[in-house]
Amino acid sequence: MNAADVQAMLPLIVTAAAAVAVMLAIAIRRSHRACAVLAALGLAAAIGLLPVAAAAAPREISSMLMIDRFALYYIGLVLAGSLAVVMISQPYFVAVGRGGDLMPEEYYVLVLLAASGAGVLAASSHFASFLLGLEILSVSLFAMIAYRRDQAAALEAGIKYLLLAGVSSAMLVFGMALVYAARGTMHLTQLAHGGAGVLMFAGMAAMTVGIGFKLAVVPFQFWTPDVYQGSSAPVAALVATVSKGAIFALLVRYFWQMGSGTAFPGGDGATGWNANATGGPVFWTFAVIAVASMFAGNLLALQQDNVKRILAYSSIAHMGYLLVAFLAAGRLAAQAVGIYLAAYFVAKIGAFAVVAAMSNSEGETQQVRDYRGLAWRRPWLAAAMTAMLLSLAGLPLTAGFVGKFYVVAAGAGRGLWTLAVILIINSAVGLFYYLRVISEMFRPAWETDASPQAAGPDLPRVAWPTAAALCVLSAALVAIGVYPQPLLAVIGLLP
Amino acid sequence: MMLLCLIIVPLAGGLAALAAARWSDRAARATALAATVAQLALACVVWAVGGGLTLGAGGAAMNVDWTWIPGLGIRFALFVDGLSLLLVLLTALLGVQCVLASWRSIQERVGFFHFNILAALAGVTGVFLARDLFLFYVFWEMMLIPLYFLIRIWGHQRRLYASLKFFIFTQAGGLFLLLGILGLHFVHAANTGESTFDYLRLLGGHMPLQWAMPLMIAFLISFAVKLPVVPVHTWLPDAHTEAPTAGSVQLAGLVLKAGGYGMLRMAVPLFPAAAVQVAPVAMALGVVGIIYGALLALGQRDLKRLVAYSSISHMGFVMLGIFAWNDLAIHGAIIIMLAHGLTTGAMFILVGLLDERLHTRDLGKLGGLWALMPRMGGAAMVLVMGSLGLPGLAGFVGELLVLLGTFKVSVPLAAAGAAGLVLSVIYSLRIMQETFHGPRVTESKLPDLTPREWVIMATLIAGILWMGLWPQRFLDTSQPAVKKLQESAVALTEARR
Repeated sequence: MNAADVQAMLPLIVTAAAAVAVMLAIAIRRSHRACAVLAALGLAAAIGLLPVAAAAAPREISSMLMIDRFALYYIGLVLAGSLAVVMISQPYFVAVGRGGDLMPEEYYVLVLLAASGAGVLAASSHFASFLLGLEILSVSLFAMIAYRRDQAAALEAGIKYLLLAGVSSAMLVFGMALVYAARGTMHLTQLAHGGAGVLMFAGMAAMTVGIGFKLAVVPFQFWTPDVYQGSSAPVAALVATVSKGAIFALLVRYFWQMGSGTAFPGGDGATGWNANATGGPVFWTFAVIAVASMFAGNLLALQQDNVKRILAYSSIAHMGYLLVAFLAAGRLAAQAVGIYLAAYFVAKIGAFAVVAAMSNSEGETQQVRDYRGLAWRRPWLAAAMTAMLLSLAGLPLTAGFVGKFYVVAAGAGRGLWTLAVILIINSAVGLFYYLRVISEMFRPAWETDASPQAAGPDLPRVAWPTAAALCVLSAALVAIGVYPQPLLAVIGLLP
Repeated sequence: MMLLCLIIVPLAGGLAALAAARWSDRAARATALAATVAQLALACVVWAVGGGLTLGAGGAAMNVDWTWIPGLGIRFALFVDGLSLLLVLLTALLGVQCVLASWRSIQERVGFFHFNILAALAGVTGVFLARDLFLFYVFWEMMLIPLYFLIRIWGHQRRLYASLKFFIFTQAGGLFLLLGILGLHFVHAANTGESTFDYLRLLGGHMPLQWAMPLMIAFLISFAVKLPVVPVHTWLPDAHTEAPTAGSVQLAGLVLKAGGYGMLRMAVPLFPAAAVQVAPVAMALGVVGIIYGALLALGQRDLKRLVAYSSISHMGFVMLGIFAWNDLAIHGAIIIMLAHGLTTGAMFILVGLLDERLHTRDLGKLGGLWALMPRMGGAAMVLVMGSLGLPGLAGFVGELLVLLGTFKVSVPLAAAGAAGLVLSVIYSLRIMQETFHGPRVTESKLPDLTPREWVIMATLIAGILWMGLWPQRFLDTSQPAVKKLQESAVALTEARR
């Protein structure tokens, strides 16, 4: 390993070092605020080092990691997402931990570990680093999901995630072993060479199951609503975005290299990515998964009364939308995935940030009816939530619209009209449940209401880190929605 | 640049009104009024200058054409011609009336209310001015959210249901538009190698019929929901009835016009060959709308709902005129859109005034009001006559032109459309009879039109009279635009034969 390798890996190294630093800080003196600040600074420094790393890219490091623009973009997304989560976590734990013996300091170690695991995933070019990144990410998530050990729901969610993630990891490893048996290599770039035998097919199937669990696509989605509901709002944000985004980046890279058989930067959309796929079994598998995820996510979300569960089901649907772009393949699809994930990160974390901001020591405000009249009591908070939900619904002038537009364009450009139409129909269904929350928030005060809950629970003050995170996220949401060109220019450089 | 200002003025005014509401409600109203008047003045200047009567004319002082998302050939581009201009004038005029009509009736969340009114105005104006189809779609959707809030927050009893239905219907329709636009883009790119969303570039493109048909239908579905065409009209009676007065005025006066504009500007000229094939069905649907809307209007007891159903009937004429696609019929459709905007807008305001005074819109509980409020009765008389198509008033000109144009294409459809006019006489006169004539329902004194209400009614009635007595000024404005639309469509159909 030489200096250029280190330079390319700086963001990952700094993130991992920050985790160690926070751990040491806890050993010296327990201070919630210091730990949060340290974690935030570490992540910010790692983000700041991205351009430095980009100067050394593309660079393959010991056949494990491939640090190229593609990897750095998704590492950037993951780090920014984690930073936002840290910012909303500190006030959240202050608010909910009041009077309890919850010690939130180690939580930040876990966030940083999860971020570095996700970063490794985004840069992984080998089964070993794939598994390593995935396990670092998953193990931190187990602990984070169950972090509020005073809550039965959190413990239940933690166990659920532990068991299912364990099974899915086992499937993934088994699949990797079969693929290795078929191809004799674990390096992603070399996997493409060779025929498609039974072993290869079985291996791919097992790996699809493993990845499907992590992405929470149908039929591997059962854990999602319970885990989202049980875990703390900031953790749910992390599960919904950082973990899924990193896996999706890996999925794109994996299939791109499988298809093109060349190193990543050379893969051209017209030939690469899914050359083995269109019409083939892999294509059909993912097409069915995509359609099922869109329908199941949206239709089940319609029946929910819990905002976190709505967001959980909506994330299932969103992964289905993303798979449409994934199936379309090609340069436009790569851009679509990039911009869609960015928009998804912003809106999802933003929505969970609002949920976190409304939490107090009595618990989280999760029910849709708790949001009644929020627009009149906390206009800015309601405005932010409205913007996030409209973006998730994909309405113009929000980032979500640009993402959806690119995904539909990628699908339509490849002639996947059936998938595009299904996506459109699902967007219309999805509107219904986003609007329900918005409608509750804007329910006029003069609307008669007999329930004692009419006034809603006492709302805590929104602490400044959450407010700052929400401001930045909302600004990003509108900026990407109104003028996406700067982001598109960055994404355009990826392949 | 002028066109950009037409969109920015209401948008900025809306934000200013939101801010001003922190100070006082009156300030918010005044700000909103100033913004709408400014927009109207700007629109009049564009009209008077006349530089924009054909597409793209007027240069940089008028138009805007900026790079937006170069990767897909998306530009921030606006244009105007006579057709757009007339509709923008209507938009701006009704914008002023919306603010004036809400002066007393809206007392809650005044700032946010006016923000929504003005944001919807900006969205509608943008729809009429957009040259890039991506931009068109953005504006198309942009007007929905403020209208949703208007119905949701300040609506009548069933506002929750009506607002949701309105949003889901129009948004689902809009998504088909998105698919259609993308399909058009990619087919054009495949044929010519040019990646563009520019309307003027896409207009001349050759399109095989097996592509033109599904794309045209995608466009049509979206526009038909907005117009609305039976059977996708069911959101309209609920939304119009439950919306606050200003919301109803915007829905009837502007949103429906966006549907008609889309058909005129996009659906037919972009896919002329497919339009020729669809035309008989579309015209039949138009006639069905005319009759169906009128029949349902006959059966209503709620005055507002009656006016809403009459809108469906009137929009049937627009559909009929557009798909007859000759000079007379297109001009007629444009005039009907304008006349309906003025007449129905004024009708909804009138119903709002009655509701404010009597707290009911039930025809059974109204009656004999002429004696109490003769001035309002007089205004109502003119509006009702305008709605039933009395010669000398705006509606007559449009309906006559559409029927004449349709007669050239299909005699039975013209006859059926004319039968709808008879029904419209019945339901219109019923409004007059059951509200202002007959036994008095109340002996208490009711205030007649206040000066503010007078201004609203007088402006709109003046417009209706102007269009009825001297429509040539409007026809002159739209003439170059209509000619251009027809040329592009005809040339393409001819070329294909």
